[in-house]
Amino acid sequence: MAGSSFVYVTFIRTSPDELWSALTDPEFTKKYWFGVHQESDWKAGSSWKLIFPDGRIADAGEIVEIDPPRRLVLRWRNEFKPELKAEGYSRCVVEIEPAGDAVKLTITHTMDRDKSKFIDAVSGGWPRILSNLKSLLETGRIVLSA
Amino acid sequence: MMKDDAVFRALADGSRRQLLDRLHAKNGQTLGELCQGLDMTRQAVAKHLAILEEANLVSWKRQGREKLHFINPVPINEIAERWIGKFERPQLTALSDLKRKLEGKSGD
Repeated sequence: MAGSSFVYVTFIRTSPDELWSALTDPEFTKKYWFGVHQESDWKAGSSWKLIFPDGRIADAGEIVEIDPPRRLVLRWRNEFKPELKAEGYSRCVVEIEPAGDAVKLTITHTMDRDKSKFIDAVSGGWPRILSNLKSLLETGRIVLSA
Repeated sequence: MMKDDAVFRALADGSRRQLLDRLHAKNGQTLGELCQGLDMTRQAVAKHLAILEEANLVSWKRQGREKLHFINPVPINEIAERWIGKFERPQLTALSDLKRKLEGKSGD
């Protein structure tokens, strides 16, 4: 297969609407995403930014597709590490599907180049973010703080 | 949905761990690719993959007619944090307490 990608899946005991708001609400995001939050008006074609707690821009891009509470597609580029920024834009697809008494959350992150350093970098972060998100939604507590 | 038992059962087999190693080395492989160079029949690999999928350790995507398999480390991370997170949290709390104290001093 050309390019680099990963597909991360977790099952969370919540509703699609709650999960959608957990994924897009800035204050809620900070609780499980190690203090960062997103800035966007969440419309197709709008800009999207990931902001560090100190206000620096971590990553930026735009909303490619948005269909609450089912599907979000982002064009996503790193902004704070030159060697990662040089790789250009990745594509991140967020999918939410009901699965019994839970919701299946799938994150597919792809870069159109082999051995992408960007994909390596974000692939380590997502499992921790997803574990925190699951724990926060199911128990009201996070596992690891920022 | 709490599938810890399924995760441990899936991991308690050398062939399945080998398949995860192969996906870790090269993510997004078809069944055919995964079979290459392995001392297992295609049926055996398919069966092991099904157990890994059931435990949510392998995810997959269709690309055209192909089914690509990916390692999904999220359940392993959940198991790790169940026991490791507890030991990191006091340190993190201690650090944030220290930060608050120092910042409170200079700020006031």
